Amino acid sequence: MDIPLSWYLTLAAGLFSIGLFGCLTRRNAIGILMGVELMLNAVNINLVAFGRYITPEAVAGQVFAVFVITLAAAEAAVGLALIISIYRTYDSIDMEDINLLKW
Amino acid sequence: MITQIAFIGIALLTLAGAIGVVLARSVFVSALFLILSFVGVSGIYVLLEAPFLAGVQLLVYVGAVAVLIIFAVMLTRDMMSEETPFLNRQWGCGGVMAAVLFVLLLLIGFIADWPVSSAKPPEDTISALGEALMGKYVLPFEVASVFLLVALIGAIVVARER
Repeated sequence: MDIPLSWYLTLAAGLFSIGLFGCLTRRNAIGILMGVELMLNAVNINLVAFGRYITPEAVAGQVFAVFVITLAAAEAAVGLALIISIYRTYDSIDMEDINLLKW
Repeated sequence: MITQIAFIGIALLTLAGAIGVVLARSVFVSALFLILSFVGVSGIYVLLEAPFLAGVQLLVYVGAVAVLIIFAVMLTRDMMSEETPFLNRQWGCGGVMAAVLFVLLLLIGFIADWPVSSAKPPEDTISALGEALMGKYVLPFEVASVFLLVALIGAIVVARER
């Protein structure tokens, strides 16, 4: 316990913000998906760190992290399938070109 | 002392990987930086005494998600030529948003008075985790398995050639 909890929170906050930046600004759809993965990892660090520091005798934090990893894997599979489908339709995965649902 | 140095090293590795992900021009290089970041997060789990999660992180993220992403990069031709920017026009706005969120999260993390407990974690974390998944959390566990099946079928249906 010689690492304070706030160090983990700082790391997770940084990782989440970087992921958010990537998600908001990348033009390539796969880049956006990678930003989402970074944010999910940041959330997992927070879950496990809070579980370890606030309720160390229970494993609830790790259980939730396992579920988040499951969801992240499913999200990556479906997201990449969507990207490949979009690529077939538009011949591009540049998010600036994909505006079918915009207006 | 040694754990603190290890933490700082792993944290810097993770953040450097993350910055590489968002700022690399080529998506393939981004994917490689993403693997670096995932490995760093796995090291953080080791420091948090969550060995099972560290293994799962390596298996699922580095082994499966990263490979999946690299496959998707290979299947889609990168449209970005050298001249077109790889960030959209909102990068300034997005950067400000991300920075503001970072400062807010830091404020919450440092101001809040977290009730840190000094109790010891269970001796054998992995078996405690297994018992929790099969006992108290068995319903979400089963729902997650059905969810994975749905995602599997959905991904095949969506990506199938018509």
